[in-house]
Amino acid sequence: MNREIAVVAFAQTDHRRTSEEFSEVEMLMPVLHEVLAQTGLKTADIGFTCSGSSDYLAGRAFSFTLALDGVGAWPPISESHVEMDGAWALYEAWTKLLTGDADTALVYSYGKSSPGPLRDVLTRQLDPYYVAPLWPDSVALAALQAQALIDAGDTDEPALAAVAARSRTDATANSHAQLRGSVAHGDYVVRPLRTGDCPPIGDGAAAVVLAAGERARELCDRPAWIRGVDHRIEAHSLGVRDLTDSPSTRLAAERAGAFERPVDTAELHAPFTSQEVVLRKALGLDDGVRVNPSGGALAANPVMAAGLIRIGEAAARIQRGESDRALAHATSGPCLQQNLVAVLEGDPR
Amino acid sequence: MPEVLKAPLAVEFPFTRSLGPVQSAFLTGLRERVVLGVRTGDGRTLVPPVEYDPVTAEEIRDLVEVAPTGTVTTWAWNHAPRRDQPLDTPFAWALVRLDGADTALLHALDAPGPHAVHTGMRVRVRWAEERTGAITDIACFEPYDGDPAQPTGADREFEDPITGIVAPARLDYTYSPGRAQSAYINALAEHRNVGERCPSCHKVYVPPRGACPTCGVATSEQVEVGPHGTVTTFCIVNIKAKNLDIEVPYVYAHIALDGAGLALHGRIGGIPYDQVRMGLRVEPVWTEGARYPDHYRPTGEPDADYDTYRELL
Repeated sequence: MNREIAVVAFAQTDHRRTSEEFSEVEMLMPVLHEVLAQTGLKTADIGFTCSGSSDYLAGRAFSFTLALDGVGAWPPISESHVEMDGAWALYEAWTKLLTGDADTALVYSYGKSSPGPLRDVLTRQLDPYYVAPLWPDSVALAALQAQALIDAGDTDEPALAAVAARSRTDATANSHAQLRGSVAHGDYVVRPLRTGDCPPIGDGAAAVVLAAGERARELCDRPAWIRGVDHRIEAHSLGVRDLTDSPSTRLAAERAGAFERPVDTAELHAPFTSQEVVLRKALGLDDGVRVNPSGGALAANPVMAAGLIRIGEAAARIQRGESDRALAHATSGPCLQQNLVAVLEGDPR
Repeated sequence: MPEVLKAPLAVEFPFTRSLGPVQSAFLTGLRERVVLGVRTGDGRTLVPPVEYDPVTAEEIRDLVEVAPTGTVTTWAWNHAPRRDQPLDTPFAWALVRLDGADTALLHALDAPGPHAVHTGMRVRVRWAEERTGAITDIACFEPYDGDPAQPTGADREFEDPITGIVAPARLDYTYSPGRAQSAYINALAEHRNVGERCPSCHKVYVPPRGACPTCGVATSEQVEVGPHGTVTTFCIVNIKAKNLDIEVPYVYAHIALDGAGLALHGRIGGIPYDQVRMGLRVEPVWTEGARYPDHYRPTGEPDADYDTYRELL
């Protein structure tokens, strides 16, 4: 079956350093209501629901089952969850729609990083035998990659500062962003990365509605058609990889059809300035491509939602008529270990 | 709005993991101050070693010794070490390609400052004084300006090999239950049970979570329920839980507090266990200083009619 699937709605929270006054479901629910309101759909109209989150962030078990309270799961719904960024939940929903089992899907994801020490929490996703016992935090691992890029002549500290400045300046147009405008490049966190090279730590949620074929045209004036999605992973041992490149991103992009025609927009999930350098190189993006007009993950990086937000932002740009063909990228794991690429297009104008 | 509650929450677990043949040899080797790699089908030597070739997925078991000296392939200066990291003084994280290896190992590098570290610098292993068969048997790397050290030529079959590791992990959180549950817990401190009514289906949820799971909408109208309630169903617990000073058998029950749209659960006391029944009317018993009822006891009212609680089972 060859079905056309589109992103027809997208909503996100205002991303903030802490949302301790809300439980996860209290934080998530307004976003679910907003994304459904954009389409006029009710929970009962949705064919498939898929979510992404990680219990490690808030330090509480099975939190995703409680988040379902915000969806309205009675009478019983068709539902699934990935312990990953919501971009991977979107991938699952997309394949579900491709099979013809459903015509619409609700995809949501959320992360509350404020309750715990995020840099340490993320060490728990590392190889438990050789790496995790050393507790190398997320900034340290990104810094190793940044130094490798500097040594290779791919970037330098002023160039990284320029990536940070461009992202936060673009974020001034994004009311949801956590960090925007003029942000000092700051002191080293783990050298060569400074505070300005690192994403803000914060809480947030996002949701997307997918629809197939004519249903998408009914629900949205200019659907963002998903032309392809693919995701790939690198060897888990950092010492095996060339940290200055991202062959998994390039392969995912190739399989998603990204290289068949140029894109005009790229929403890259690059939490660290240095990772944008890697991704631009891996994807062959030239200066003609508008990269992260939303400000990207350097402006707001709600862990587990930031990748889905890249797809949502790219789709919203198509829906607003600001883009005709966009690439959206999501990552997970240390030093861009896992990468997902989606290619989105609007109808010809 | 009253302040939301907050409390420290430590999540701690001693992860106990078994090792495969390659990991076992590598970690046992570290205990004996020997660094082992594994050879791939195309002749590369991977350190740290893995059991499957990351390129071909071919099973690999050919262990080879490499030197405890090597070269930094990339590094990052960590001026503020975090808890549980290898050194508590400023150090460099480094990927080190040991002499004889084709891949790099991540560890800490002890150096006086970032000026003393560069990609390409020569380093050697500093062994931990006490070694147990873990990656931390390498205390760290240290600068070294000599020639590659020679492998020890040690036998790769060690006496008393390590077959597993215990990797303790602790993360310290500050837990907040959010608005609805904070309000519920605060009311409990005043010995009141407060639920929230769904604006759509009008059901009263207790404890409230801020959302109606049926309608998927926010709940906010607070409704006091109880204190009396009805046992809707129950079970008899015959096995004593560790550190629990309640005599078995005892009864654990679903209790529909008056005015609540669903039952919560609690222990039934003040009545022989074999006399507890569906429809029994109960009330909470609070103990001094407790933030929730210790148990529920019979009120002495006539039993509730089945039809009054059949929807709440």
